[in-house]
Amino acid sequence: MPANELDVAVRTKDGIAIMDLTGELDSSAEAALEAGYEEATGSGARSIVLNFAATDYINSTGIALIVGLLAQARSRGVEVKAYGLSDHYREIFEVTRLADFMTILDSETSALGGAEGDDHA
Amino acid sequence: MAPLSRRFRRMTRRRGHDPAGAEPVATAPTGIEVPAAEAPVEIAPNDPLLAYLQGASGAVEIDGLDLDSRALDELRDAGVKLVVPLVSQGELIGVLNLGPRLSEQEYSSDDRKLLDSLAAHAAPALRVGQLVREQEAEAVTRQRFEQELEVARLIQQNFLPKELPDLPGWQVAAFYRPAREVGGDFYDVIPLPDGRVGFVVGDVTDKGVPAALVMSATRSVLRASAQRLVEPGTVLERVNEHLCPDMPQKMFVTCLYGVLDPQTGHLRFANAGHDVPYVKTADGVRELRARGMPLGLMPGMSYEEKETTLQPGESVLLHSDGVVEAHDAQREMFGFPRLKKTVGDAPGGQPLIDRVLTDLDQFTGPGTEQEDDITMVTLKRSSGGEGPGAPAGGRVLAEFELPSEPGGEREAMARVASAVDGLGLEPIRLERLGTAVAEATMNAMEHGNEYRVDRPVSIRVVQCPDRLLVQVSDAGQGGDLPPREAPDLEAKLEGRQAPRGWGLLLIERMVDEARVTSEGDGHTLELTLRLEGGTDAGQ
Repeated sequence: MPANELDVAVRTKDGIAIMDLTGELDSSAEAALEAGYEEATGSGARSIVLNFAATDYINSTGIALIVGLLAQARSRGVEVKAYGLSDHYREIFEVTRLADFMTILDSETSALGGAEGDDHA
Repeated sequence: MAPLSRRFRRMTRRRGHDPAGAEPVATAPTGIEVPAAEAPVEIAPNDPLLAYLQGASGAVEIDGLDLDSRALDELRDAGVKLVVPLVSQGELIGVLNLGPRLSEQEYSSDDRKLLDSLAAHAAPALRVGQLVREQEAEAVTRQRFEQELEVARLIQQNFLPKELPDLPGWQVAAFYRPAREVGGDFYDVIPLPDGRVGFVVGDVTDKGVPAALVMSATRSVLRASAQRLVEPGTVLERVNEHLCPDMPQKMFVTCLYGVLDPQTGHLRFANAGHDVPYVKTADGVRELRARGMPLGLMPGMSYEEKETTLQPGESVLLHSDGVVEAHDAQREMFGFPRLKKTVGDAPGGQPLIDRVLTDLDQFTGPGTEQEDDITMVTLKRSSGGEGPGAPAGGRVLAEFELPSEPGGEREAMARVASAVDGLGLEPIRLERLGTAVAEATMNAMEHGNEYRVDRPVSIRVVQCPDRLLVQVSDAGQGGDLPPREAPDLEAKLEGRQAPRGWGLLLIERMVDEARVTSEGDGHTLELTLRLEGGTDAGQ
């Protein structure tokens, strides 16, 4: 299959690491996601924001990768937020209850603005 | 030196290149005109002279030889005095035989040196000449053989059906692969006037052009008879009568002929000594037996006629002996029991054919040349609403197979999306369906098919008045689905549960209904989206 493998770019703003996830979040994304996470936490950020705006496909394996990332972050006391999810994938984050364990926001501004800016409810 | 050259009487030349020495070494004229040329002297492979010459360091004066050799006697009788071995790369490839010098003197050591030097140069040149001639002869033989194979192939392929009929409620698939030495396999599908369809699989004994010609004659007579006669047994009788007078010696045709009524699944069949077809039913695999002699052996034969009804979900496999008579490296045959088991294990239709070929390849081992033609025809009656069949009243919007390879679920999503394009599904429901299809496909590829490219996932999209069904079936070799453990995110985050295991939850939550059915070892996940008036029923 012509896979559009995930590209992870990490930006840091005000002590918050933003991971831009471009492409498909499936089994082929594991290494890229892992590397992105290491880069983000390596910068000393205490908060990670996952940007899903350019993620065009997430499957159950991708969900498992997010779960793994979230578990690692929680064990290190790093907060994880997300924004840019389409309505469909936001629903999936709710079905899987990921939305209960990470703050889902509408935009990067709200993600960077209020740490508790929970606008998904 | 001039007199010497006139003394070349003949050159003994070893023809062919036979390490076992089975071929005699023959002498032949050199092309140099010699007076009173006698018949060439042949040196038999077991003649001690051969071994002597092979080991000689140069020209050999034969008068002084004491060997129990017939060739030696013959050479002496022919007046030969000196024999010069022609050795190339340690192998004796011929000899130069010389008579007495014209001066009646003995050969001088200078003469012999010259001859040895000449032999050293002549031998490689002679060898090259021999090789070229051998290769030319081989090439001509090979070319003639290939041309004949090509003719046989053309005849054969010209008479196979170009396309299979589209029978509503049936999956019809056929496969034909000739062996290198094309055999006489054939199959045919004959549309009959009343909507019924005749199915034929046959095999002519012998190979190549003769078999292909008999095959084409059989097919023509069968086609003509099938149009006029209803009973398969009578058709075979008629074909036998036509074939008998002109049948070449020791040739005959085995043939299975069945007439299917696609409306009812009723199948009447007769068999002229052909391999027995298998029917896969819910209760196991049954054989369709009917007695009859092969066609073309004896006139006046009658053919037993039997009938059966293929129930929804059942499938039949007609096959040629190229399948069961394939051998593995230990010369064991694939055999009927293995084929029967494969029929029982696989879903019918194209997946069954693929499965037989996979099993066969695994059995014979990699790189084995196919011994005989392989021909298969399968008919599968779609099941009515139960299991993976299309429900009655449903309209099949798409039906396809995908190889099990990572990422393959994207193709499934795209094809299902395009199949339901005209239904006006709300975008969000379309996305949900996409996720459910992707997860069901991944599930089938991973658990059912163990991500083996040769095990396809079959997907069927059916529109019913009140619902849309997507049926995703694995090839049924991965055994049972893994036990279902409800994913618990908290447990996963705390490491008490693996991060994976979301697929079934997503499937269930993305569609209105999801259920698993099993057929044999195969599993089908059926996804349902409720529709209103054939279109979107909203949420």
